[in-house]
Amino acid sequence: MSQVQKYNGQDADIQLWTFPGGIHPPERKAPANQEPIRRFPLADEFIIPLRQHIGALSEVQVSVGDHVRKGDLLSAPGIEHGLPVHAPTSGEIIEIGEFPLNHPSGLSGPGIRLRSDHEDTWGQRHPLPDYRNQSHLTVLEHLQRMGIAGLGGAGFPTARKVAGARGIDCLIINGAECEPYIAADDRLMREHAAEIVRGSLILQWMTHASSILIAIEDNKPEAIAAMREAVAQTREQLSAEQQSDFVLKVVVIPTKYPSGGERQLIQILTGKQVPAHGLPADIGILMHNTGTAWAICRAIEHGEPLLERVVTLTGESIGSPCTAWVPLGTPVQHVLAHVDFTPEAQQRVIIGGPMMGFTLPHLQVPVIKTTNCILAPTRKELPPAGQEMPCIRCGACADVCPASLLPQQLYWLANAQDYDGLKAHHLADCIECGACAYVCPSEIPLVQYYRQAKAEMREQAIEHHKAEIARQRFEARQARLEREKEERLERHAQAAKAREEALAARKQQAEQRSASGTTDDAMPDANSDPVASAVARAKARKAEREAARNEESSAVTGTDTVQAQDPKKAAVAAAVARAKARKEAQAAAQKDTETNTEASTPEDKKKAAVAAAVARAKARKAAKQKDEDS
Amino acid sequence: MSWVLGIIALSVLALVAGLILGFAAIRFRVEGDPIVEQIDQILPQTQCGQCGYPGCRPYAQAIADGDEINKCPPGGQATIDRLADLLGREAKPLDAAHGAEDVKKVAVIREDECIGCTKCIQACPVDAIIGATRQMHTVIADECTGCDLCVEPCPVDCIDMLPLPTKPERWTWNLEQIPVQNITDAAATTETSERGPA
Repeated sequence: MSQVQKYNGQDADIQLWTFPGGIHPPERKAPANQEPIRRFPLADEFIIPLRQHIGALSEVQVSVGDHVRKGDLLSAPGIEHGLPVHAPTSGEIIEIGEFPLNHPSGLSGPGIRLRSDHEDTWGQRHPLPDYRNQSHLTVLEHLQRMGIAGLGGAGFPTARKVAGARGIDCLIINGAECEPYIAADDRLMREHAAEIVRGSLILQWMTHASSILIAIEDNKPEAIAAMREAVAQTREQLSAEQQSDFVLKVVVIPTKYPSGGERQLIQILTGKQVPAHGLPADIGILMHNTGTAWAICRAIEHGEPLLERVVTLTGESIGSPCTAWVPLGTPVQHVLAHVDFTPEAQQRVIIGGPMMGFTLPHLQVPVIKTTNCILAPTRKELPPAGQEMPCIRCGACADVCPASLLPQQLYWLANAQDYDGLKAHHLADCIECGACAYVCPSEIPLVQYYRQAKAEMREQAIEHHKAEIARQRFEARQARLEREKEERLERHAQAAKAREEALAARKQQAEQRSASGTTDDAMPDANSDPVASAVARAKARKAEREAARNEESSAVTGTDTVQAQDPKKAAVAAAVARAKARKEAQAAAQKDTETNTEASTPEDKKKAAVAAAVARAKARKAAKQKDEDS
Repeated sequence: MSWVLGIIALSVLALVAGLILGFAAIRFRVEGDPIVEQIDQILPQTQCGQCGYPGCRPYAQAIADGDEINKCPPGGQATIDRLADLLGREAKPLDAAHGAEDVKKVAVIREDECIGCTKCIQACPVDAIIGATRQMHTVIADECTGCDLCVEPCPVDCIDMLPLPTKPERWTWNLEQIPVQNITDAAATTETSERGPA
């Protein structure tokens, strides 16, 4: 807040601070920044990866064979702020599948292949010129639908960044472009200053920031002049009320790498540090790249989705270094073909600058929203990394670290895979600017170690999360199995009870039958003499069995005469039937135990568990047998 | 006389302290063994049973009761080291009798060969297979722990254990593994070649 008060009054100069560390590598912005931004003929084929930004993957909305026009939606705005992709030109969709990605891993990912018809006809455009009369939500949704992502570095969806920012006091438009070679923002500011300023005003309207600071490094005097002029013109057009509402200013900052880093630039302009694990919005600051401001302006005023961007084409292997408007999805190969690319043996092609860029494994990858530079250096110009030597503990890396970390210590810890130690030394705050590796006299690729350690830590976090889910699912399943087992036992108990009741009923029947006959005295004695009662019970059971057999055989044969004639045969048949029944029961029991043991012990290895399960199964079987016998 | 006083005072103090300790032992008694919980947190929760126990929690219990800590192949050496760290035991190499450390895999059902017997569903320890009797089954890849338990029961052998594909968002910056293609060669073939190696 105090800072804003300081730069009230339009022309009062801002006090600048600095960030710790930083380096001054050769800038080499010329000759790429000398020529106006060029435009090449359209490529024959475009590869549009579905993911060009941070966030969820969006869903494809077209199918193979569809004819699309320039700016048509190819994928739906996904859930969780996934950005859509658009057709960079008119043509036919010829393939939807996996394509090599513009990514350091060289892996493939989902994408759409489009064959250009070279007519470049625009589809329906929906500008939103009266945005000031619309709700913020409408404008945010519009920006989301237009696929606007941060063009500076990571490609964070702009609508999400703006929507997530509350209580913004200061809006910073980042035109620092501190990395050597890169001149895309430089040229854009020189040629499209007015649009950048108008885009900034849209951002100001959405965030209610009380100041807009356009920060440019002092090695771009032409861009500074162009932006100053555009700002002066815009200020004239603004109403008096608006003028008093907010401050709009171009700030020239000293050239130092990495002053274009979000946290570093905030420190330079305000002297404040963004808290670790926090966002600039936490201290009332929102930062956007100049390219993003330009894209916002185009999307609102002309309804143009993010279809192309300025790409710097430079390096000594490129005959005519320049900047160019390249439609997103254009293969790198096609772009290089128009700038007199003469590869040397084992030519490296780097996406991004020499400090933070990555080498492409091959040239068939497309230009995407975050591709600000294609660098093709000769070996003499940018020698490949030499032999890594042991750390001599000179401490040069700690002197240049813009995040005030201890790169040397992080290096030891990363080598030892001491992830707790890395956490304690705030590896997460490393912005991977490469300053430490640049000054290292032992040529240790420090950033590479940090990236691997970061990826490993992220992987561990994912694994831990997945393990937690697996544990919950396992426990839920155990609980379910337990419940089912109890239900089964309950059912068995009920069945046994029913059986007993039926038995008792039959016994009573038999008793009644025998009572109607002669043996009347057996039962009354039962209580007095246990032996007699047992004998009586056995007799009764025999009688009952006899009766049952009689019933059965009579049911089968229909006549009593057969049974009377051939009692032996009938007895044999009954025995066979009994044996069969027992066998069946056994088989059923076996099956039951099998299915039970299967779930917990499927492999022979786990002998202990199997033995336990078998013992359990045997016990259960025995219990069942007893149940049946009684 | 003062030494008698001293002894009495100390005895009274000891008695009071003993009473407090005795009370605390009953009042703040810990149900279960918290170390089991901590061990369970370290185990990979694959629930594969390769350790000889039916799941990770039973193995955690067994470790707490004194079993070896080197019986978990999915966790590998990293898990053994962390267990050794937690329990103050010696970190041993993985016991080969229980299997070898392997890349992370995920079960995939060849769906047109599936006969819908539900046997794999019964075997899955984390309920990551969906399907019904005589209906095709499939694996929820995100929930699959790669435990291997569904492969054995399948009567038609239609389940494969495939290594988890590397995705760019989970790539671990292993620059040595990038398929390197010589750009000069690629430039020679130029625009006629439509696509590079996928």
